[in-house]
Amino acid sequence: MKDKLIDLVNITKSFDGQTVLDELNLYIRENEFLTLLGPSGCGKTTTLRILGGFETPDSGQVIFNGEDITKLPPNKRQLNTVFQKYALFSHMSIAENIAFGLKIKGKSKTYIQDKIKYALKLVNLEGFEDRSPDSLSGGQQQRIAIARAIVNEPKVLLLDEPLGALDLKLRQDMQYELIRLKNELGITFIYVTHDQEEALTMSDTIVVMNQGYIQQIGTPEKIYNEPENAFVADFIGDSNIIPSLMVEDKLVKILGVPFKCVDTGFGKNKPVDVVIRPEDIDLVSPADGTMTGIVTHLIFKGVHYEMEVTANNFEWLVHSTDMVPVGTEVGIKVDPFDIQIMNKPVSEDEEAVGVEE
Amino acid sequence: MKNKKLLAGPYLFWSVAFVVIPLLMIVYYGLTDTSGAFTWDNIAKITTPENLKALGIAVLLSVVSTVICLLLAYPLAMILSAKSVSQSSFIVLIFILPMWMNFLLRTLAWQTLLEKTGVINSILNVLHLPSLDIINTPYAIILGMVYNFLPFMVLPIYNVLIKLDRDVINAARDLGANSRTTFFKIILPLSMPGIISGITMVFVPALTTFVISDLLGGGKILMIGNVIEQAFKQGSNWNVGSGLSLVLMIFIIASMAVVAKYDKDGEGTAF
Repeated sequence: MKDKLIDLVNITKSFDGQTVLDELNLYIRENEFLTLLGPSGCGKTTTLRILGGFETPDSGQVIFNGEDITKLPPNKRQLNTVFQKYALFSHMSIAENIAFGLKIKGKSKTYIQDKIKYALKLVNLEGFEDRSPDSLSGGQQQRIAIARAIVNEPKVLLLDEPLGALDLKLRQDMQYELIRLKNELGITFIYVTHDQEEALTMSDTIVVMNQGYIQQIGTPEKIYNEPENAFVADFIGDSNIIPSLMVEDKLVKILGVPFKCVDTGFGKNKPVDVVIRPEDIDLVSPADGTMTGIVTHLIFKGVHYEMEVTANNFEWLVHSTDMVPVGTEVGIKVDPFDIQIMNKPVSEDEEAVGVEE
Repeated sequence: MKNKKLLAGPYLFWSVAFVVIPLLMIVYYGLTDTSGAFTWDNIAKITTPENLKALGIAVLLSVVSTVICLLLAYPLAMILSAKSVSQSSFIVLIFILPMWMNFLLRTLAWQTLLEKTGVINSILNVLHLPSLDIINTPYAIILGMVYNFLPFMVLPIYNVLIKLDRDVINAARDLGANSRTTFFKIILPLSMPGIISGITMVFVPALTTFVISDLLGGGKILMIGNVIEQAFKQGSNWNVGSGLSLVLMIFIIASMAVVAKYDKDGEGTAF
């Protein structure tokens, strides 16, 4: 287990009387690729801005390497930020942009020259020194913004939806680019996004946020396979969220039909929510299924077919590479470990809101 | 397309009748003598000591006024741009309010205020303070120019600053710049188009004014505008007046060309 590098303790922040962050606690380890994921207004950008020093929390502390930096201005912090809209200095050349931080630190001319060369090579934009930022495409500007930040050798790089303005193909390329950069530089990345796919692809740790509260912290696999509440299940990928009854340990009644599962410790006859991912549902012959239903919709999605199966008055979302025609009677089967049991939401922020990308 | 061209008709007529033809007339009068024969004499009149002095005073006073306007306007524009829209629009209103009053009236008001037995001196007398004796001096003219033209400096700078991306400033801070460096390396260079626009909009009318120098200078201080006015009205010599106007026009175009060289974005041509 690596050391804690940053510790956010009881951070609260409100704007114009509206609470954006409420008693937020989060720590970030050295060399981690941590993503703050959530819908707009969930507080993820505010958290990043507090880390960068552009906002001061109403209460709480930001601890960096054991030191309280809550009130330290941005220019005194060992972090650098890549902004959403790049924020390059349009009146300077690319080289001047990258050299900006180094000149302030009073580095020698040759050191700066070397660093510019190194940074441009790292982001695959060699020979761009004398170009003006306005002459670059969005993706290129974003790389320059990254280069400008990393030449300062920050301990932590903060990235505020840096790929948001790019088109899909470029976005995917940049995701691999960022993973490569992170591995080459060996520094901590804190990444803000509302795109669940981006978060799953790049992160070591994902922090899912909603309405100013952290919903779940975990690895991409854990977040996807074992969502802790309806909001997380719904926000990350497609899912069937079904109100159910936990009969006893390892047995849950879904839509009145008993299913074997692997979860324990919920007590007896307790109402719960069950999450089943669409790709975890097997469509079998009616005789072999735990439950039977009729296929009502069929859409070809490329990699798989998306089907809707009506069974016990519930519309099951099913993904499968095998096509089953509309109107077919099928059996529904789910492996016990593919059934994820969650407690019922206890507050509004834990509820599913149907936000799908 | 044809219809759109038609829409430009009224303006075209207006500009031909009241801009192009008068300009050509000024060129004609400026390059002829009273008998209508071609001559450079009217242009050469600028080299007489009195006229050179008038041009020099005009340049000096308008440069000083422009600098004072800039020094007053920039901090104000910065404060305004940092405030929320509802707060700043009130302050902008206070600034624009006087502009709704006629410019001559406002200048006349200053004359009354500054007079030896005027309002300001009466108050100073009551308070047993030394009286303010600046009416009919260059100081009064500068005061009048700054008062009249300050809004034209504030607004273009404010417009540029309000459009400045906050994250660009944050980026500079993030890269280690303190507020002083951020201002001189980032904010000031990025607001140059507004500054140049403001300079243009203050310097040009200040250079050519004759009303302010007439009313607040008591006719003792002649600026080039006054000389041209006198040539037309008192001397009834349209030829000399036109010749000097041509010189002044060329002088303004040249100085604006120098200013425009520093204005890469071309936003400063707002006059």
